[in-house]
Amino acid sequence: MNITSVIRKDFPILTPTLRGKPLVYLDSAATSLKPVPVIQAVREYYESYSANVFRGIYQLSERATENYENARAKVAGFIHAGTPDEVVFTRNTTESINILAAGFAHMLSSTDEIAATIMEHHSNFVPWQQIALKSKAKFKILGLTDDYKLKLSNLDNIITRKTKLFTITAVSNVLGIINPVQKIVAAVKRINRNCMVIVDAAQAAAHGYLDVAVWGADAVAFSGHKMLGPTGIGVLWAKSDLLEILQPYQYGGEMISEVRADQTVFKKPPHKFEAGTPHIAGAIGLGAAVDYISNVGIHDIRMHEESLVTYTLNRLKNISDLNVLGPQNSNDRGCVIAFTLKNIHPHDIAQVLAEENICIRAGHHCAMPLHDLLKLTASARISFYLYTTTQDIDAFILGLEKVKRIFA
Amino acid sequence: MDLYRDIILDHYKHPRNFGHLKKPDAASESANVNCGDRVKMEIKISHDKKHIKDIRFFSSGCAISTASASMLTDMVKGRTIDSVAVLTVDNILELIGMQLSYTRLRCALLPLEALQNAIRNNK
Repeated sequence: MNITSVIRKDFPILTPTLRGKPLVYLDSAATSLKPVPVIQAVREYYESYSANVFRGIYQLSERATENYENARAKVAGFIHAGTPDEVVFTRNTTESINILAAGFAHMLSSTDEIAATIMEHHSNFVPWQQIALKSKAKFKILGLTDDYKLKLSNLDNIITRKTKLFTITAVSNVLGIINPVQKIVAAVKRINRNCMVIVDAAQAAAHGYLDVAVWGADAVAFSGHKMLGPTGIGVLWAKSDLLEILQPYQYGGEMISEVRADQTVFKKPPHKFEAGTPHIAGAIGLGAAVDYISNVGIHDIRMHEESLVTYTLNRLKNISDLNVLGPQNSNDRGCVIAFTLKNIHPHDIAQVLAEENICIRAGHHCAMPLHDLLKLTASARISFYLYTTTQDIDAFILGLEKVKRIFA
Repeated sequence: MDLYRDIILDHYKHPRNFGHLKKPDAASESANVNCGDRVKMEIKISHDKKHIKDIRFFSSGCAISTASASMLTDMVKGRTIDSVAVLTVDNILELIGMQLSYTRLRCALLPLEALQNAIRNNK
């Protein structure tokens, strides 16, 4: 089923052209484009009921509160959480992970270990590295096999009785690898059932690879803006018992139930972690994004993306001196494809393409440890979403041929 | 081809003053870890200590940083050290001949940074 012809008209940004060239947006892993219903939901909040939440007795505030909490319930349903109380609204994946790291920090000591993988985005690497350094806990890193997958055969060395937590990405933003999260969580818990498992789902949520009930992880973080939602809104999901014991690091209004001169009683989760006025429009927009994705259908989106990845990998095979990072097989990967062109710098590739109104990313993609391992300083990257078409890929391939001609 | 005008591509594919000096009087290397551009500048100073007698650059990186280094070294050969020490972003933009995005500007400025560091270290 070709969903894109129906969907593209919902994205106003796709209409204008640059010097007659249509927008070919291949950077959805950085952020997704926004459909009219999401833009409309945000606009409607600001135009019709832009009151603060929770405090007002008047109708505008009640409506804002209701829609804000409805959005929370929608997100909970989307990720198969047991209750909306396990869904905390944050600014983004990075903030979600930092809340976890800050909450864990005081529980770590020099006899403990924590672990991550070499393919992590900096947002899911640096916070853990830093709290390990501060507490002098050991920080261990799971490496890759020759075909770029996580070296699960080495899990027994990485996870021990001393490991307090292990964090992995659900989908790599460079290699495109879709990690078998459920299998990994089970394996970790078998070795040490007290080891927390945290999942970075930033690249997974948008494409429907997120099911907290099936995964069995203790906490999951993702962003709204990568799944058609507004910027500035993200989600931290965590099991209720974990949210109970985690200490918040932002204090203030909304997260308290009682404040006296000498002490304060915090609210229960999720509000315990939502100090101050939240990004109300952002949450409401994210709710609309969840609705949009559900209406299109996760199954159809994934089918579309899989066929697009297969198409692209086949076309890329015919470009000489081009090396795709990660698995060459579309079964093992999501719709993120990083690559290098021999003797042509990724910045130069991106620059030439930009002049054709083709948007790709170049650099280390916030994954320097991974690039170090691959002995690269930078790579170019394309990524897709439900609105990407084979015409986009064709234009991109033509662009690559132009790059090669210019720098020949 | 807006950015990659012929002169930039020419300097990228056939860089001037590329390589090393036998016994440089001063040298410095600058790098942009984000994208992998590295530029090393080596200079030979005149007998009266006031001029750049000779200059070489050695780099790995994108077309902009390489072309900028090549054009810069051509420009400063024989000039007074004092005049080179005060070259600015605008001088480089004029050299490259076009507007650059924030990211690419850093590529273009890397050679100047290396050169001015070499001069500063030598003082």
